[in-house]
Amino acid sequence: MTESSVRVEDKLYYNRYLVDVGRPHVKVRAHNTPSQQLRALLKACPARCYELNETGQVEVTVDGCVECGTCRVIAEPSGDIEWNYPRGGYGVLFKFG
Amino acid sequence: MIDERFDAIVVGAGMAGNAAALTMARSGMKVLQLERGEYAGSKNVQGAILYADMMEKLIPDFREEAPLERHLVEQRFWMMDDRAHVGMHYRSDEFNEERPNRYTIIRAQFDKWFSSKVREAGTTVLYETTVTELARDSRGKVIGVRTDRQDGEVHADVVVLAEGVNGLLGTRAGLRERPTPDKVALAVKEMHFLPRETIEARFNLKEDEGVVIEAAGTISRGMTGMGFIYANKECISLGMGCLVSDFRRTGETPYGLLDHFKRHPSVAPLIVGSEVKEYSAHLIPEGGYKAIPQLYGEGWLVVGDAAQLNNAIHREGSNLALTSGRIAAEAIVHVNSRRDPMTGTNLSLYKKMLDNSFVMKDLKKYKDLPKLMHTNSENFFLTYPQLVSRAMQNFVRVDGTPKIEKERVTVRSFVKARSWVGLFSDACRLARAWR
Ligand SMILES: Cc1cc2nc3c(=O)[nH]c(=O)nc-3n(C[C@H](O)[C@H](O)[C@H](O)COP(=O)(O)OP(=O)(O)OC[C@H]3O[C@@H](n4cnc5c(N)ncnc54)[C@H](O)[C@@H]3O)c2cc1C
Ligand code: SF4
Repeated sequence: MTESSVRVEDKLYYNRYLVDVGRPHVKVRAHNTPSQQLRALLKACPARCYELNETGQVEVTVDGCVECGTCRVIAEPSGDIEWNYPRGGYGVLFKFG
Repeated sequence: MIDERFDAIVVGAGMAGNAAALTMARSGMKVLQLERGEYAGSKNVQGAILYADMMEKLIPDFREEAPLERHLVEQRFWMMDDRAHVGMHYRSDEFNEERPNRYTIIRAQFDKWFSSKVREAGTTVLYETTVTELARDSRGKVIGVRTDRQDGEVHADVVVLAEGVNGLLGTRAGLRERPTPDKVALAVKEMHFLPRETIEARFNLKEDEGVVIEAAGTISRGMTGMGFIYANKECISLGMGCLVSDFRRTGETPYGLLDHFKRHPSVAPLIVGSEVKEYSAHLIPEGGYKAIPQLYGEGWLVVGDAAQLNNAIHREGSNLALTSGRIAAEAIVHVNSRRDPMTGTNLSLYKKMLDNSFVMKDLKKYKDLPKLMHTNSENFFLTYPQLVSRAMQNFVRVDGTPKIEKERVTVRSFVKARSWVGLFSDACRLARAWR
């Protein structure tokens, strides 16, 4: 079993979310080639929110974000991403935590 | 938002924020608490073990009402290599006492209950409200907060920042630094549901007895980290955490690591047949004493994880959060009762009181450990567990080799892997840091 065959989407499916459509709380700065920090997020994000698009840039989709802050710690200082909390009440809603 | 003025505003309804709000409200102060989740606990993740003593100081009869899972009668430590574990168990019937010392809990449920107590004490609690910024006057004194509600500015004499490890407000306002990747661990966790009887049979428990397992070794693949397995009433909390800097360095994925842990032959039989109902992740402050920021200033205090008050060695955080929240509140109540202004000088009482508590004393005791573990992670989390496991197997397997020869093989394997000098220096440094 390789790492990439762990299906994160299936795991996120167990969770409850209230998605704030059209207002992503994490944004990636526009870039041509991703920095080292941005590349690290492809692996380090526990919800696999970061992915490479066809032209080789890192993109983020926050729908499954568990709001852990890992990407903030890695990539906010270099300005590669902009990180906020979702608006009050939106985002992940843990039943157990 | 609210056209009133408050004596105090608390940001966050986690362990620290609830302890602070409860303590101030009970002394008659007018308190506003703001929480971004739909309900208290909806954003919070913990293992989770609750330490009764610190909870009792706030709500003496919490055992009668709080949603508790199991009281702990047994603690297991596992040192793991890929196919085995060497373990130490401590189990005592004395933990089956009338007022048990430690419980497993489910954080989202516990926080909801805790929050109801805070409201009963008279705190105004607003959920679904994200605080976006601290409001400050022209001299920089904190005078309140701005929120994402319409006209969302509210004022108070003092603001208690109980915003957790990833707190944005304090860092944005320049009151402390953002945690760096080597000072926080990322933990991922799953909730595995099984019938009560199955859990009790698998962990050798009766009724509400509980067990925790802490596991270290090759499961973290040379990174500084640990796994945990806690038995609740009808589910098992299972998770794994490693330093963010190690994840970045190795390119390991958190879910890959968790999956690997779940498949370990010592772990898999405990969860076989379970239904997973949640997957969560959260940071844990790991910097220890040396990472503690400035704890108070003009019109503000910081408590709990936001202040890095977390004992990673003993895996204690909620009790430090509860205690720092309570002590901060007691300091504020004291200043308030004398009608003194909430200046940094007056609020420094919080630091003095905290220094005298177990919180700072414990963190100070282990001030050198985080660094040692981080700089030697390959040895502590990969080499030694493998060596110990092989030595155990060599010792236990009866195959006609004379025992003296077995001993020699074990010693040789340790020296070969790490050299006498390396072993000696690791042992000395570990002993010194632990003392
Ligand atoms: C996997 C894991 C296992 C753990 N196991 C244990 C254990 O077994 N025992 C133990 O004692 N400790 C454990 N800990 C540590 C413990 O969970 C923390 O130390 C504790 O929760 C800290 O409490 P806190 O109140 O400081 O922060 P939190 O509990 O994180 O609460 C912060 C609150 O603030 C709110 N908030 C943040 N920013 C804003 C904002 N801008 N506006 C409004 N609201 C905001 C959040 O929604 C949250 O409710 C564990 C931690 C993890 C991650
Ligand atoms: S906060 Fe955590 S889950 Fe959300 S995108 Fe960042 S790393 Fe991923």
